[in-house]
Amino acid sequence: MDDTVAHLKLKSIRYRKSVLAMIKHGGAGHTGGSLSCVDILNVLYNHVLNVSPDNFSHPNRDRYVQSKGHSVEALYAVLAERGFFPAAHLETLNTFQSHFVGHPTRKVNGIEQNTGALGHGLSVAVGMALAAKLDSSPARVFALLGDGELAEGSSWEAAMTAAHYRLDNLTAIVDRNGLQITGPTEEVNALEPLPDKFRAFGFAVRQVDGNSVEQLLRVFLETPFETGKPSLILARTVKGCGISFMENNVKWHHKVPNDVEYASALDELDAAEAQLLEQLNPNAEVSSWN
Amino acid sequence: MTVNASVYHYVKPEIVAALASDEPFANAKQQATRHAFAEAILEVGEANPNVVVLNADVSKSIGTNKFAEKFPEREFNFGIAEQNMMAAAAGMASTGLIPFACTYAVFASMRALDQVRNSIHYPRLNVKIAASHSGITPGPDGVTHQAQEDISIMRALANSCVIAPADSPTTKQAVWAAAEYNGPVYLSFTRDPVPILFDDDFPFELGKAVTVRDGSDVTIIAMRDLVAQALVAAERLAQDSGVSARVLYCHTIKPLDTEAVLQAAKETGAIVVAENNVTYGGLGSAVAELLVANNPIPMRQIGVKDTFAESGPYLEVIDKYGLTSPHIVRATHDVLDHKARFTRPVSLAAVA
Repeated sequence: MDDTVAHLKLKSIRYRKSVLAMIKHGGAGHTGGSLSCVDILNVLYNHVLNVSPDNFSHPNRDRYVQSKGHSVEALYAVLAERGFFPAAHLETLNTFQSHFVGHPTRKVNGIEQNTGALGHGLSVAVGMALAAKLDSSPARVFALLGDGELAEGSSWEAAMTAAHYRLDNLTAIVDRNGLQITGPTEEVNALEPLPDKFRAFGFAVRQVDGNSVEQLLRVFLETPFETGKPSLILARTVKGCGISFMENNVKWHHKVPNDVEYASALDELDAAEAQLLEQLNPNAEVSSWN
Repeated sequence: MTVNASVYHYVKPEIVAALASDEPFANAKQQATRHAFAEAILEVGEANPNVVVLNADVSKSIGTNKFAEKFPEREFNFGIAEQNMMAAAAGMASTGLIPFACTYAVFASMRALDQVRNSIHYPRLNVKIAASHSGITPGPDGVTHQAQEDISIMRALANSCVIAPADSPTTKQAVWAAAEYNGPVYLSFTRDPVPILFDDDFPFELGKAVTVRDGSDVTIIAMRDLVAQALVAAERLAQDSGVSARVLYCHTIKPLDTEAVLQAAKETGAIVVAENNVTYGGLGSAVAELLVANNPIPMRQIGVKDTFAESGPYLEVIDKYGLTSPHIVRATHDVLDHKARFTRPVSLAAVA
């Protein structure tokens, strides 16, 4: 395991701790979906996006739009660690007068667009990518979509337009955890064959294990997959990933762990962290960040 | 009878001169305000390279194909996909562009309302929504294309600014004002031709209603295509009944010019609001909300009642639904009767 991967894996574990702490403290949150997409956000913000608190107002920064806005706790955890705001602000999640509400808003530094109404994010990203092309800007645009969200027809309107305008500066990532609030996506309103659908809509498609930082690192480096086409990363993920009793269990879509569950979840993450540190080159730079 | 031209302001002299005739606008120049928008956006686009035009397959209908010819790289056709267009406009605005998203009012305010609310108005992004076929101005197209609710819906959104200009010159001024304003603006245009009423030097200011006819007995507050009807009604009231009706052209429904409305209420003591829009939630509601809290004088509303409209030629359709000048005249007499009762001193002796 090279240092970069180890470093990112360690971050993922710590982001998961932050997500759970936030939701436990705030008394509400989208636990399962935040845990499924946290590795994607980790790789994006630590290794892919040209965006930081220093360049956040620069027109040529890369853009990230989280269309599945309900998984905001994962985004808050990563933005805090990247220095967009003090981690202590996360303690205000869900409290009166806090900007840290249950779906992203531009009032929080680092967030590009208010999301939460599903089926908007890919369209917003299309607009940003069109603007970048018009301005001959090197800015790239990344949008994270939920899989259940893809039942919103506007997502497919956006997909058509992305291909029509040959937006190869746009990458959409589907957090394909297979579950939505009332059950498996294939039982609620079947999405498959999803890769074929995106190919038919004009995207260049790659599939990866969306909870593998190694695979994510590789696939993001390969974007755009084809010149003149938008890219689609079908990230096969596990809802609730990292906590055994939450994994693939739809009841954790929007559930807050009780004290026993929380302690047990932290035990699992502590064990994973200890195991990772043991495997690590003792000289590796894995300084703590919180 | 001759018209007393001195009470009119910024109204073209030839319009004033014909107001008392049987067919006041028979010889007036007319233009659909959607086409005035298309002319204005060419000039605005020339002056400001950040202006881009988005359309949902309506560029030929609205006339923005001229913009597309002149600035091909700044015109984006989204096809018949209004939801995508609105959220994409939000994304563009977030980068500093000034998108004018063009479609018909029914689709702008209803089909794409979720995007318009959550992706544009909630983050208060600098998107201009150019909505043609507003009100029941698309007479012959039927209910699916008659946006009788758009003003009410758009007014209900937080962070919204809603403008419904009456004619071509003030439409052009509204387009410039919208481009200069930082925030979402909803511009409501007519499908059908409407008379060119005002001089090019009309003092258009966003949020400022303009008295276009002086009057002391009653004020008729009007927007979009009913400003023409209000002018005819006011002159008819003067000629036939000696009523002195002020006409307040309220092009900006939101933010409402509360000062002008309250001044009219105070000075004339009775108000009629005329809008080609449902009577719920639009300009009439805005005025009523203001009056009830500040100066609850008698008021009447001209607008579409609780019904969908029939299809047919524009003027016949709006007449059937009570939006033409004879209906405004009747409502004015009615409100003046009310005002007389309302202001009559109560004699305690008579009660005893």
